[in-house]
Amino acid sequence: MPELFWKLIAGVAGFLAVATVTGAILAARPNGKSATIVNLNERIRAWWGMVAVMAIAIGLGETATYVVFALLSFLTLREFITLTPTTPSDHSTLFLAFFVAVPVQYILLGINWYGMYSIFVPVHLFFAMSLVSALTQDTRDFLSRNARINWALMVCVYGLSHAAALLTLDIPGYRGQNALLLFYFLLVVQISDVLQYVVGKLFGKRKIAPVLSPSKTVEGFVGGGALATLCGAALCRITPFGFGAALGMSFAIVLAGFIGGLVLSAVKRSLGAKDWGSMLAGHGGMLDRVDSICFAAPVFFHLVRFIYV
Amino acid sequence: MKRIYAWQRDLLLSLVRLVAGAYPVCHVPRAGETQQIYFSNHTSHIDTLAILAALPRSLRDSVRPVAARDYWNANALKRHIAQKLLNVVLIDRRREGDGDPLDPVRDALTKGHSVIIFPEGTRGTDALPQGFKSGLFHLASEFPGIALTPVYLENLQRIMPKGAIWPIPLICKVHFGAGEALRATDDKSAFLTRMRDAIVALAPSACSD
Repeated sequence: MPELFWKLIAGVAGFLAVATVTGAILAARPNGKSATIVNLNERIRAWWGMVAVMAIAIGLGETATYVVFALLSFLTLREFITLTPTTPSDHSTLFLAFFVAVPVQYILLGINWYGMYSIFVPVHLFFAMSLVSALTQDTRDFLSRNARINWALMVCVYGLSHAAALLTLDIPGYRGQNALLLFYFLLVVQISDVLQYVVGKLFGKRKIAPVLSPSKTVEGFVGGGALATLCGAALCRITPFGFGAALGMSFAIVLAGFIGGLVLSAVKRSLGAKDWGSMLAGHGGMLDRVDSICFAAPVFFHLVRFIYV
Repeated sequence: MKRIYAWQRDLLLSLVRLVAGAYPVCHVPRAGETQQIYFSNHTSHIDTLAILAALPRSLRDSVRPVAARDYWNANALKRHIAQKLLNVVLIDRRREGDGDPLDPVRDALTKGHSVIIFPEGTRGTDALPQGFKSGLFHLASEFPGIALTPVYLENLQRIMPKGAIWPIPLICKVHFGAGEALRATDDKSAFLTRMRDAIVALAPSACSD
């Protein structure tokens, strides 16, 4: 593992330490018990955990990273299906989704079979699961029942796995450093979420889509998104891109991540929920945190693959 | 309990948490370590494990599920889990000979153990429980000093619908309610209806009837 990786992790830890101290100071002030500050401190604590898990996984190498991402897919899929109304006749299809789709997708990544993992979920599983579902001969809501399960797989398995797939790319002049690319991607997506949230809280006035998400504002998106794009460009040294290309790449990540957050908010509302779950205190569910990754990962992966491999 | 069995039990319950979540939701502060009769709706084979997984680790040694002998005696693995890991109170579903099926439960309660019972007597297919059998009433009148804690298992009927061989992972919640007791004014059917209502009251509003 490049020494640079651990320096970057140390940098993130330093940043979180500053956030933790700031949070503690805010909490000690007279109005420190307000919901926003309590939530802020919960979020910061959860960030420590998430950064630790990712640092250890990526630090341990490719296999550990695939295992952790497979677990992430499993847990987000569990959140998605829990909120989605399913019927007893969906049981076999769902069994395939959890115990075949998730492990096989990551094994395909592990053996670096690009031609298969890039179409396994949308093509092979699409047909296989539709067949299994048809064989139960339950035609009630057949189309919408299957659409829901396929949707869940595309987001939680196909989307998420393409972040880990960054490790498989063979980029000339960048061998052995793919872990940095994965780190770069996760950092830009998450910092964009954080900055959009912070800028939105401070200056946000016009809501982009009040029905979908009351916290997304024009000011937050433009300000936070621009700052995150600049962060991504500033980090160009850890990527195979030059400054200009890194600017473009991080802009693509920010945009796709924003779309992911917005679309999954719509899905969440249609299922009648505010959060996907309660695994991460302050954030909601796991899927509330990785929704932007699910959409941004395939976009970033294919951009890099198309231009640099 | 031997330490190796306690580890096996905790490993099994961790697996249950990975598949089913089994997050505890306490509607009132926990009663602590006092003796209780937990009674719950029954919708799947893993209900017992889900309740144990939701309880604090310190209570797992003293809380014993009550379950059917014919089910848990079916093979060596089930016997091992029931007898060594979970310390199940095994009862005969069909009355055979002169013994009262509830006698083993009385024994456990006399020894100071807490128990988990499913007063419907069998698994249902709906989210909400069917009518209760009279066992809970007998225990409540014979052991008036032990709190009756209603438990509502949310979502477990989706994990393993009837006829399914394997579970699918879903996030389940185990709701613990406030302690109930037999009142002087209760006759058997009024008491059993009241206890069923205590479980139904814990269900999130979306699935109440």
